[in-house]
Amino acid sequence: MKRAKLLLLQVLVAVVVIVIWHLISATTLFGDPKTMRFFFSTPIDVGGRIVQWVIGGTVWYHLGITLLEAALAFVIGSVGGILIGFWFARRPMVNAVFDPYVKAANALPRVVLAPIFALWLGLGIWSKVALGVTLVFFIVFFNVYQGVKEVSPSVLANARMLGMNERQLLRHVYLPSALSWMFSSLHTSVGFAMVGAVVGEYLGSSAGLGYLIQQAEGVFDVTGVFAGMFVLTACVLVIDWLVTKVENRLLVWRPQPAMASN
Amino acid sequence: MAQAAVISQQPGSGPDAQSAAVALEGVKITFDLPDGGTYQAVDATDLAVRGDEFVAIVGPTGCGKSTLLNAAAGLLKPASGTVAIFGEPLSGLNRQAGYLFQQDSLMPWKTALENVAIGLEVAGVSGKEARDRAREWLGKVGLGAFGDRYPHMLSGGQRKRVGLAQVLIRDPKIIFMDEPFGPLDAQTRLIMGDLLLGLWSADRKAVMFVTHDLEEAISLADRVVIMSAGPSARIIGDYPIAIPRPRDISEIKLDPRFLAAHREIWHALKEEVLKGYRQSNGGA
Ligand SMILES: Nc1ncnc2c1ncn2[C@@H]1O[C@H](COP(=O)(O)OP(=O)(O)OP(=O)(O)O)[C@@H](O)[C@H]1O
Ligand SMILES: [Mg+2]
Repeated sequence: MKRAKLLLLQVLVAVVVIVIWHLISATTLFGDPKTMRFFFSTPIDVGGRIVQWVIGGTVWYHLGITLLEAALAFVIGSVGGILIGFWFARRPMVNAVFDPYVKAANALPRVVLAPIFALWLGLGIWSKVALGVTLVFFIVFFNVYQGVKEVSPSVLANARMLGMNERQLLRHVYLPSALSWMFSSLHTSVGFAMVGAVVGEYLGSSAGLGYLIQQAEGVFDVTGVFAGMFVLTACVLVIDWLVTKVENRLLVWRPQPAMASN
Repeated sequence: MAQAAVISQQPGSGPDAQSAAVALEGVKITFDLPDGGTYQAVDATDLAVRGDEFVAIVGPTGCGKSTLLNAAAGLLKPASGTVAIFGEPLSGLNRQAGYLFQQDSLMPWKTALENVAIGLEVAGVSGKEARDRAREWLGKVGLGAFGDRYPHMLSGGQRKRVGLAQVLIRDPKIIFMDEPFGPLDAQTRLIMGDLLLGLWSADRKAVMFVTHDLEEAISLADRVVIMSAGPSARIIGDYPIAIPRPRDISEIKLDPRFLAAHREIWHALKEEVLKGYRQSNGGA
């Protein structure tokens, strides 16, 4: 009941926006539709373009490339973040020495790295993966570090008294705690993996959704730009939904559903 | 009434350090405070517990009962004095002991069953056997149907009972319990006390049992030890409880020996409770 109503309202918002968009670009209500169309395209054109892409198959290829880059960035960034996060949390000395450099590296706007990665790794997928990794890594790293540090002292003492050695503590106490922090930032890290891929493509590539959008922009094909953005958005929404499913599965032991932000 | 013959105050009574399961000698414990100073929680404490003895520790809140258990468990290093376990000086963690903590200390990411089984699993028992025995233990503490719950889905008292099963399943030679029945209602307390005594009588271990509840201490223990209010808390009374076992702890409160012991110990304790209250309010 309530959910149906909510869904109805949510759809209504989209309908209203599309109708206004249509009125602006196809009627004289807000000025000359020709100019408006140049800036905003029209919903019908954009929809048509998406259908054309989907049927023609172009979009699948580009989407596949983008998803591959994002997936690689996510996996590599997460594994790196977990390993280094653990290492830093368990070795205060290492952490103390590297702390300013970690902060400095994280403060750097990642976009400026894109041309450097392109230079080092070429215009293929790996320069995009590298960009995504620099984004994902820090989120996972900070969360894992925190997760290891924030283990409740009484849970830790109890685990020790139950006879756990260092390795068992790692497996039964530190790792679950660290992973729970990591999972609660899953939305952010997965989102950043996508951002890394698309921005990388946008700044120089020959395939992917970012490339598609960039190509359209290059010839002032606003319809193409909007169509690319919609495909990207839909794809990110689906991924986000999947992440929520995974998160609920992995964090059943949590008192309340994990907060999606960090 | 032959009160004096039944109980007599004998500070330091109990076994000598050599034969004891746990022997604290001259144990002093200090904490560093954030402002750079130190706080002396426990001062020069001697306490020895025999391998088959049930000792209850009672004292005003904040006096250092948990601190004393932590020292005996090897979680805290005394500033001076020695801790010996079965005659051996303790260095590092006390591997012979099980410890039921005052705070929640179940692993929140494991179910009740997994929490109970883990102590066996890390000792090398196969997963299936560990789970079977854990199920048995959950049954013993009255939580047979709660094995699949995560700790946050259990009440405070249920969590304590899972903790009890978690500790006892490993069959430790020494058992530390820090207010294990604190969050339970009076009836469940009796049932759990009865359960504990039943398990303990079948296979006697050294028990150090911290409680706020003097009646509980007298009903369960062979000896009741009283601590003074902190700072620099000490043991100020050591009372053997000569009520024969097996005891029926729901009826025990009517026993004249219980009443006599209660009167005597409460008299000593009352002073300390009031003193502790004034001190932690910043008075003298
Ligand atoms: N880490 C610490 N740093 C400083 N002071 C501490 C620390 N831990 C405990 N204390 C102090 O030591 C004293 C004894 O603490 P403890 O936890 O042993 O009390 P307790 O007798 O178990 O009290 P309760 O019955 O309320 O559990 C208290 O005054 C407490 O404030
Ligand atoms: Mg305490």
